[in-house]
Amino acid sequence: MSDKRPAWLSRLASWDAAVIVITVLVLLIASGVVENFGSSRNFTFLLLDLLPIALIALPMTFVIVTGEIDLSVASTLGLTSAVMGDLWNRGLPIETIIPLCLVLGAVLGALNGFFVTVLKLPSLAVTIGTLALYRGLAFVVLGDGAVADFPRAYTSWVTGTIGDGPIPNMLIPLVVLAVVFGLVLHATPVGRSVFAAGASEQAARFAGIRVARLKFWLYVVSGLVAGLAGVLWTLRYSSARADNGLGMELAVVAAVLLGGVSIFGGKGTLPGVLAGVVLLATLQNALRLQDVSNEALNIVTGVLLIISVLLPNIVIRFRAALRRRATT
Amino acid sequence: MKRRLLAGAVSAALVLTVSACGGTTKNDSSSSGGGGAQSTAQADPNAATKEGVKMAFLPKQLNNPYSDIEVGGGKTALDELKGEYKLVGPNDASASSQVSYINTLIQQQQDVIGIAANDPNAVCPSLNQARSSGIKVVAFDSDAAKDCRDVFINQATTEGIGEQLAKMASELAGGSGEIAILSATPNATNQNAWIEVFKQQLTKPEYANLKLVKVAYGNDDDQKSFQEAQGLLQSYPNLKAIVAPTTVGIAAAARYISSSSYKGKVAVTGLGTPNQMREYIKDGTVTKFALWNPADIGYLAAYAGVALASGQITGVEGQKFKAGKLGEYTIGKDGEIVLGPPTVFDASNIDQYNF
Repeated sequence: MSDKRPAWLSRLASWDAAVIVITVLVLLIASGVVENFGSSRNFTFLLLDLLPIALIALPMTFVIVTGEIDLSVASTLGLTSAVMGDLWNRGLPIETIIPLCLVLGAVLGALNGFFVTVLKLPSLAVTIGTLALYRGLAFVVLGDGAVADFPRAYTSWVTGTIGDGPIPNMLIPLVVLAVVFGLVLHATPVGRSVFAAGASEQAARFAGIRVARLKFWLYVVSGLVAGLAGVLWTLRYSSARADNGLGMELAVVAAVLLGGVSIFGGKGTLPGVLAGVVLLATLQNALRLQDVSNEALNIVTGVLLIISVLLPNIVIRFRAALRRRATT
Repeated sequence: MKRRLLAGAVSAALVLTVSACGGTTKNDSSSSGGGGAQSTAQADPNAATKEGVKMAFLPKQLNNPYSDIEVGGGKTALDELKGEYKLVGPNDASASSQVSYINTLIQQQQDVIGIAANDPNAVCPSLNQARSSGIKVVAFDSDAAKDCRDVFINQATTEGIGEQLAKMASELAGGSGEIAILSATPNATNQNAWIEVFKQQLTKPEYANLKLVKVAYGNDDDQKSFQEAQGLLQSYPNLKAIVAPTTVGIAAAARYISSSSYKGKVAVTGLGTPNQMREYIKDGTVTKFALWNPADIGYLAAYAGVALASGQITGVEGQKFKAGKLGEYTIGKDGEIVLGPPTVFDASNIDQYNF
């Protein structure tokens, strides 16, 4: 853009920075204003609720930055959960089941990647297809049953907190993964390739980036993480079911877009995405404590999303107008 | 009022104006005095009935006509008992969606939670957290795991419902032929239990000529139930009867049959509310169906909740408590309280009921 303005102003004008600021503000306001919001137990609840969404949002950020999308993640979670329950019913040890479930997630992701990168099909159509396919398979595997008797050691770890403090144990894998994904996206050649592929696939190819291969592996990782989320989800609710995570893909995409990632690819930051996840979860938690209805909650989420898409556009036009004025 | 302003403040921070229309909750006051009642191991049947007990109802999902009537009964009872009624719940009947609501209710320090569990185990850890912070838990309609609640209000025994469904199906099919079931979600606790009994019933000699060809699932969604009913008749043209053990399913199936060429040829029966089914009874699509009065479930749940909060009962078998107009109830095995036998509705009696 233009380079005559002070750096802080252009930082502020970037949406992902704004989301981080807004999220911190909302957290502070909610803690001050909403009764019981600031309690340590509520903090635990809040984190546990946003964990699966935050986990899946990490690879989703990469996928959307490359200009693709993966809508099958929640169904991958559900199918992983169903298979986990089925294998447990068959008497396999949990130490065997969990790696198998992660492999399953990766395979499901690879299938998406194959359709998108080898057969060159549009990812929106492919992943809507696998959204239905994987969810359907989940019901085939587990049908109408729910499997609940997972080993207590695992379920209590997943719902437990570190040293009985407010921080859930499950935050550990999330923080580790968030740091890894953040570093890869913003500080490695792989990350640069991801942005390049999203900005202009052709330019990226001329620059020697193997875009198809890159996207394929992103889908594998997306499936793998969705599989991990499925395992953690199953243990958290001690209930393996085919309908687990139903509809969650939209919450993830909403958080990613709210976090400043462009749906057209090429633009976004991981801290912004995490702020988006926290913001949506915080609003939901705080407004529920205030007895605000679901309908109003949905309205808030919808309006926020529209603002997050509109605002950057308005800023760009505003700048363009300024520039036109400066040249006339 | 104050709460709405606060909610407004939070939203305003986001340059948003949200009219907190409060469609979900009706909370009379915003005081959050002492926590839940102290849990005592000993019940004192002569303890005074507490006033101002804060009881929140958490149905399987909101805006479901059936659960609206249930919790309406709860509100009536809490008005009689001078308690505070609250209604919260998810918009989808999935296993995990109720958990965050339970967490919210713990934070709000309710005295009693009345819950119809979408999944008996998924809600368990949260319910036990609620109980350890002094909140009493009354499951109604669809039970939570036994060690996560204090009592369970059962609308009827599983056997009673399953037998009634089989009896009606057999009568309507003329004792032989193909029948199908249109249920709610594939993992609805109570529907599955009834279907299980129904299947056992069909092994009896008097039902030997009945053949259950399929159990379809409409997910308690009107449109999906309608499509499933349609699908059943396309797949099984000789179907004699559709049995829907869910109010959403039976209404959707009846609506489809009443406007199709199958009207009068294929019977629809199951569990439905008189108000939903009145027109189909009148136009001859449906001959008979059954249900208990859902308002009584919520009513009984509220009385049980207040009795728990007052220390009159603790959920142990054999304890007795009074439930207003419903009379006295005795807690059965595993903390179960049975409402009573289901009512069969037909053209002769349907106009006596309004729910």
